[in-house]
Amino acid sequence: MDTFLLLLAPALAATINAGTPLMLAAFGLLVNEKSGVLNLGAEGMMLVAAIAGFAVTSATGSATLGFAAGALGGMAAAAFFAVMVLWLNTNQYATGLALSIFGAGLSAFVGIPYTGMSLKASSTAIPVLSKIPFIGPVLFNHHPMVYIALVLCASLAWFLNHSRTGLVLKAAGESPESAHALGYNVRMIRFAAVLFGGACCGLAGAYLALVYTPMWQEGMTSGKGWIALALTTFACWKPWRVVAGALLFGGVTILQLNLQGLGIAVPSQIMAMLPYLATIVVLALISRNPDWIRLNIPASLGRNFNPNAA
Amino acid sequence: MLKLEPRSAPSRLMSYASPLLAVLLTTLCGAILFALLGKNPLAGLSVFFWEPVKNLRGWTEIGVKCTPLILCAVGYAICYRSSVMSIGAEGMLVAGAIGGGGMVLALDQGSNGGAGAIALALAAGMLAGMAWAGLTALLKDRFNTNEILVSLMLVYVAQLLLSYLVTGPWRDPMGFNFPQSKMFSSGFLLPTLVRTTRLNLGFVFAILAALAGWLFLSKSFAGFRLQVGGMAPLAARYAGFSQRKALWTTLLLSGALAGLAGVIEAIGPVGQLMSSMSPGYGFAAIIVAYVGRLHPIGILFSSFIMALFYIGGELAQSRLGLPNAITGVFQGMLLFFLLGADVLIAYRVRWSK
Amino acid sequence: MLDLKKRSTLKAGLLVFASSVMLTACGEKTETKTAAAPAATPAATTTAAAPAAGPLKVAFVYIGPVGDAGWTFAHDKGRKAIEADFGDKIQTTFVEKVPEGADAERVFRDLASQGNKLIFGTTFGYMEPMLKVAKDFPDVKFEHATGYKTAPNLAIYDSRTYQGAYLAGVLAGKTTKTNKLGVVASFPIPEVIRNINAFTLGAQSVNPEVTTRAVWVSSWFDPAKERDAAMTMIGQGVDVLIQNTDSPATLQAAEEKGVHAFGWDSDMSAFGPKAHLGSAIINWEPYYKKTVQSVLDGTWKSGQTWWGVKENSIDLVNVNPSVPEDAKKAMEEKKAQLAEGKAIVFAGPLVDQSGKEVLPAGKEADVAMLKSMNFYVKGVEGSIPK
Repeated sequence: MDTFLLLLAPALAATINAGTPLMLAAFGLLVNEKSGVLNLGAEGMMLVAAIAGFAVTSATGSATLGFAAGALGGMAAAAFFAVMVLWLNTNQYATGLALSIFGAGLSAFVGIPYTGMSLKASSTAIPVLSKIPFIGPVLFNHHPMVYIALVLCASLAWFLNHSRTGLVLKAAGESPESAHALGYNVRMIRFAAVLFGGACCGLAGAYLALVYTPMWQEGMTSGKGWIALALTTFACWKPWRVVAGALLFGGVTILQLNLQGLGIAVPSQIMAMLPYLATIVVLALISRNPDWIRLNIPASLGRNFNPNAA
Repeated sequence: MLKLEPRSAPSRLMSYASPLLAVLLTTLCGAILFALLGKNPLAGLSVFFWEPVKNLRGWTEIGVKCTPLILCAVGYAICYRSSVMSIGAEGMLVAGAIGGGGMVLALDQGSNGGAGAIALALAAGMLAGMAWAGLTALLKDRFNTNEILVSLMLVYVAQLLLSYLVTGPWRDPMGFNFPQSKMFSSGFLLPTLVRTTRLNLGFVFAILAALAGWLFLSKSFAGFRLQVGGMAPLAARYAGFSQRKALWTTLLLSGALAGLAGVIEAIGPVGQLMSSMSPGYGFAAIIVAYVGRLHPIGILFSSFIMALFYIGGELAQSRLGLPNAITGVFQGMLLFFLLGADVLIAYRVRWSK
Repeated sequence: MLDLKKRSTLKAGLLVFASSVMLTACGEKTETKTAAAPAATPAATTTAAAPAAGPLKVAFVYIGPVGDAGWTFAHDKGRKAIEADFGDKIQTTFVEKVPEGADAERVFRDLASQGNKLIFGTTFGYMEPMLKVAKDFPDVKFEHATGYKTAPNLAIYDSRTYQGAYLAGVLAGKTTKTNKLGVVASFPIPEVIRNINAFTLGAQSVNPEVTTRAVWVSSWFDPAKERDAAMTMIGQGVDVLIQNTDSPATLQAAEEKGVHAFGWDSDMSAFGPKAHLGSAIINWEPYYKKTVQSVLDGTWKSGQTWWGVKENSIDLVNVNPSVPEDAKKAMEEKKAQLAEGKAIVFAGPLVDQSGKEVLPAGKEADVAMLKSMNFYVKGVEGSIPK
C-alpha cells in the first residue's frame, strides 16, 4: 500500500499538470461555443500564443509578461477569425480550420530564430502547504497558472449560471434572432466571447511553452487544441465537467505511462490508445440520453447570424 | 464606413472571380512575404506555381498527391452537405491502408498477384475504411455521441494501431526488426499510367469517384435526400427522409472513399506498410473540400491547388532555402482569402455615411 | 443552383490555372530548362547548364526540423561543418521535415535532377524511396543513414549510438542513489533496444545493482509526451534518465525535479545545467567529410559504414563538473578502450532477461545480432512490446 501511495502522489500531480493547458483552452472554447461560435482554430491560436509568450519571456525574463503576451497573441488570432465569421459571414468550420493551419505555419515561421532555445525550468511550491504528506505534493506543488485555471473555472461557472451577462451570452448562442429582436448586439457579444476564447487558448499555449516544456518547438501543441475542443463537447459545456474531462484525459495518459514504467507487458502503442478510447467510452455514456445533449448544446452552434439580414 | 449588404441574387460574376481574387491576393501576400525574407518575389512565386508543373513528371506527381486528397474530400463533401461533421478521414485512410495492406500481405506468399489480387486488396481497403467510419456512425446512432469528437479520437487510435502492426506482428521478417512491412511484390502494386512515373490507376479511381460523387449529389434521389437533411432537417423529417439512414450512408460512403485512398497509397507510391502512410491527407482534405465549395468537380480543382502548394513548398526549400513553415502559411492564406472573397458572392460592399 | 455551381467552379478552375500560368510566364525562371521530355529514358540525368567543373552539389534530406536540438540538428551541424571544411568546392542544400513514404521519393528525385551528385537521407524510412530513385540516377551517389539495403550507388551509414549510451551508463551507474535508471524511448526498434541494453550494461559495469526501465512515447519527437514519460519514471523512483527521443524535454523534467539526465544526439546542457551529466552526441562531420572527399577524388564506393568513438563519430561531452572523479575516470577508461576499437559493449558473457546466455564469454556480438537486437539484457525491467 505504501508503494502504491508513493506512486500515486506524483502521478496525480502530473495529471493536474497535464490537464491544465487542456482546461484553460477548453474554458475559452466553452465560452466561445456558448455564444454560438465554433472555433476550430484552437490549435493555431495556442501555437501563436506559445511563440508570442516564449519570445517575450526570452527577451524580458518575466513569465508574467510572457503569459500576457500569450493571451494577447491568442486574442489577435481570434480577432482575425471573428472578423471573418461575424462580419464577413464566412463558414465557421472552414475559417476555424484555416486558422489552425495558418497559425501553425505562422508560428513555425516566426519561431525559427527561437528554435533550440530554452527557458529556465521553474519549480514552484507553496511554502508550507506543499510539505503536507501526500496532499502537499499533489495539490500544492504547482505553477500559479494551475490555480488560476481553477479560479477561472469557478468564475465561469458563476458567470454562466448566475449572472445576467452570462444569460445574455447564452441567449446569443441559443437563439440569436430572439436576442437581436430584444435589442442585444449579438455580433459584439459573440465578438467578446471569441476574444475571450482566444485569450484562454493563449494562456494554454503560453503555459505549454513557458511551464510545461520551457522551450519552443514548432508544432509543440501536438494536437492539444483538438483535444480541448473535444473536451468542451465531452463536458456538455459545463465548466466543472471540463476540469473533470481534462483530468480524465491527462490521468489516463499518465496512467498508461506509469503502467509501462512498471513493466506491464502490453504493447506501448495499445497503451497509448487508452486516453482516446477512454474519452470515447465516457462520451458515449454521457451522450446516451439524447435529451441531455439537446438541452446542453447551444442551439445555434456553428451557424452564422447576420443582423443586417435578420 | 464599409457595410455589407446582401444581394438580391448571388452574383455570377463574383462566383467566377472569387477564386481568382483569392489566388491573386495569396500571390500578392506571398510576394511580399518573399521580399521580407530577402528572396526575389518572382522567383518565389515561380517556385510555387511553375516549378511543380514544368514537365510531365511534375504533372504526374501532382496527380499522385491529388489522389488521396480528392477521395477524402469527396467523402467530406457528401458528409458536410448532410451536416454530418466528420473530421476523421485520416483514420479511415489509415484503416484502409491496414485492410488493403493486410490483404496483400496475406496473399503475397509466393503467388504472382495480378488484377484479381489487386481488386481484392482494393476491396479490403474500402471495407476497412467503411468499418472504421461505421464505428463513428454506430456511436452516433446508438449513443448520440458527437461525430466530430469520435472521428478525431479514432484517427489517433488508427495511427497507433498501424504503428503497433508494423512494429510487431506485420513487420518484415527479413527486415532486421525495423518497423515496416516487407515490400509488396510488383504483381500486387497498382499499374502505372505513364511509364517511369508514379501516376497509377488510383488517380483514375479518384477522378471516377469525383464524377460519381457529383452524379450522386446532383442527380440521384438519395443524394437529394441527404442534402435536404443537411440544409433543412425539419423539412427532411416531415418528408420522411430517415436521418439515421443519412448518417450511415454518408459515413460509410466517406469511409469507403478514404479507405480506398489509404490502400491506393499502400499499393501505389509507397509499396509497403509503414507507420506513416499519410502526411495528413485526411485533414488537408477538409480544406480541399471547402475550397472546392463541397462540390466534387470543384474539389478536383482545389485539390490541384493544394497539391501545388505542397510540392511548391518542398521545392521552395531546396531551391530558395525557404523554411518548411511557408507551406502552411500559404495554404492558410489561400483558404482565408477564398472564404473572404466568397463573401462577395452573396453580399456587396457599400459605403455608408 | 447546382448547375451554376458546377459551371462556376469549372470556370473558376480554368481561371485559376490560366492565371497561374500567366503569372509565372511573367516571372523569372530560376533554373535553366531541364529536359522537357518526360523522363522516359531512365538514363536522363541532369542537364543542368552548369558545366561539370562547378562545385560539387551536396544535398541533405531531413525527417525533422533543423531546430529540433537533437537528431536533425546534429546532421545539420555536420552539413555546416563540411561547408566550412570544403568552402567553394561544394554547395549544400537541405530539405527538412520530409515525411517518410510517398513524399520522400519525390524530394529525392527532384534533388537528383537538380544536379546534386551526393545526397544524404537521414532516417531509415527513406530506404525504399532512395533505392527507387538511385536506380534512375546511376551517376548520383546516395547515402542512407540507419538502413540495411545497399545498391551500387547507394551506401548506408550509421553511428554507434549505443557506445554513447554505454558511456552514459557508466556515469549513471556511479551517480544513481536509488539504483533505478530510466529511458524515455520512442519505438521498440533494434536501435533503441540496443541503446537501452548498452546503457544498462555500462551502468552495471560499475554498479551491478542497477535496474533500468523504459517508457515508450510512440514518437521520435513530442516534448510534452517525453516530459510526461520522464516525470512518470521520476515518480517511480528513477533518478538518472536517458532518452532515445529528439527533444530536451527529459532533461528539463530532470532539472525541475532535481534528478539527473543526459543530452542525446546533440549537446543539450543548456536545457538543464544542474541535471545534465553529459551529452551522448553524434558527430557527423568526420563521416561527411570523408564521403565528400571521396566523391571529389572519384574514389567513392558503396558499402556499409558504422562508426563510433574510434572514428570520432560518437562522444560523451560536456561532463558535469559535479560528477565524482572516480565516475569520470571509469568513463574515460571505457572511452579509451572504445577509441582503440575494442568491442566492450556487447561482449560475452551476455545474459538476457530470462537468464539465457546469448553470448558466451570471449565472444563479441556480430553485426547481425547488433542490427536486429530484439532482447533485453538482464537488469532491464519490463518486456519488449512485440
